[in-house]
Amino acid sequence: MQKLLMLMLGGTLTSLRIFFLTLLFALPLGLLVAKGRMSKHRIISSVVNGYIMVMRGTPLILQLIFVYFAPYYVLGASSDRFTAVIIAYAINYAAYFAEIYRGGIQSIPQGQLEAASVLGFSKVHTFSHIVMPQVVKRIMPAMGNEVITLVKDTALAQTIGVAELFRVAQNAAAREFSTMPIFIAGVFYFVMNAVVSKSFDFIERKLDYYR
Amino acid sequence: MSVITVEHVRKSFSTLEVLRDISFSLESGEVLSIIGPSGSGKSTLLRCITNLETIDSGLIAVGGDTLVSTDDDGKTLYADKETISRIRLRVGLVFQNFNLFPHFSVLKNITEAQVHVLHTPKDDAAEQAHALLSKMGLSDKAKAYPYQLSGGQQQRVSIARALALRPQVLCFDEPTSALDPELTGEILAVIKELASEHMTMMVVTHEMAFARDISNRVIFMDEGLIVEQGAPDEVFSNTQNERTKRFLSRFGT
Repeated sequence: MQKLLMLMLGGTLTSLRIFFLTLLFALPLGLLVAKGRMSKHRIISSVVNGYIMVMRGTPLILQLIFVYFAPYYVLGASSDRFTAVIIAYAINYAAYFAEIYRGGIQSIPQGQLEAASVLGFSKVHTFSHIVMPQVVKRIMPAMGNEVITLVKDTALAQTIGVAELFRVAQNAAAREFSTMPIFIAGVFYFVMNAVVSKSFDFIERKLDYYR
Repeated sequence: MSVITVEHVRKSFSTLEVLRDISFSLESGEVLSIIGPSGSGKSTLLRCITNLETIDSGLIAVGGDTLVSTDDDGKTLYADKETISRIRLRVGLVFQNFNLFPHFSVLKNITEAQVHVLHTPKDDAAEQAHALLSKMGLSDKAKAYPYQLSGGQQQRVSIARALALRPQVLCFDEPTSALDPELTGEILAVIKELASEHMTMMVVTHEMAFARDISNRVIFMDEGLIVEQGAPDEVFSNTQNERTKRFLSRFGT
């Protein structure tokens, strides 16, 4: 039992690495994508829109396989499995984050932008000091949903052979002819998501000082 | 000396002509009220002067710098970026809906532009902000957030925010229209006090009695044209134009 738990903690560690690295890349990338989607240049906005359509319109598991195998057919060499997972997850989640950012950015009243303009704020200052802080507060509930989904989506990484928590649990289940490890994995996911939920609650409370 | 010069300004929103050949000037220390029915172009005129809207043709100059002008070939050109930002700081604007930044405290709403645009040291900016707040009767509200204030208090903060940049002209776009009648008075009192200090102001308003009371000059606009202008007594008591008469008769002034 103890050995099983150690194995599963190892798998959890891999899942957490996928989770944090995806957020690290997808959160800023999403902002860039949102900016592109809202661009006044029609070419930029339609290219970015196409990207979002593909990312949201096809299964993540398929994108994962594509990112891992496509370089092999084109260049004759594959990137390392873990890297492929991070790339696939980052570009997929960036698309979802981008739409959440866009909703938040567009919800800021035009009048505030006009006030910023009349006060002489630069575009950059207006975006970073007036718009974004309010966007962060407004998108928290939607982001919470997405981040919780990400925790569970890490289980898909096994498709290209990355031994994350769920793969470890399934292997153990096969070895021991028992479904127990699977249910233990379920508890692990639940605990991780409880931490995510609580963190979001905490941030929302922190941002509750204004309306 | 004219602080604001507007000559032959035209502006259309697609097929609708909102400003049709508007010319006037605003002298230093003058209080100018712009009255007229809704949709007459009063607010658009203010928004063109504060560069929130662009004009189709004509000339706008502020404090000796040309913001935009139409040359002899009929080309309308705006000034370069630096000139525009310089001009922008000369004109303050108070909005109908306050447009305070909800995530900033009252103090930060006022100091943010001083610190980041004028590069005033933080302490100096805060000191000036406190002085402005006490002038507005809001000394105890520096740490409050906009949502904790009444509409009238929010509008006073937004006046303080505009004054903090020491503009040459302060423009008001229907400053009391979003307030209930009880709160209207406190804003009008503030504007009146500024008038007594010879602050140059341009006020778009529906408060006729107030316009008559504080202005040196009144402009009546209708359908994108200046129909009548002059000293308040002339415009209100000795009305020349039929359109103005009909408009004013509804207010019983």
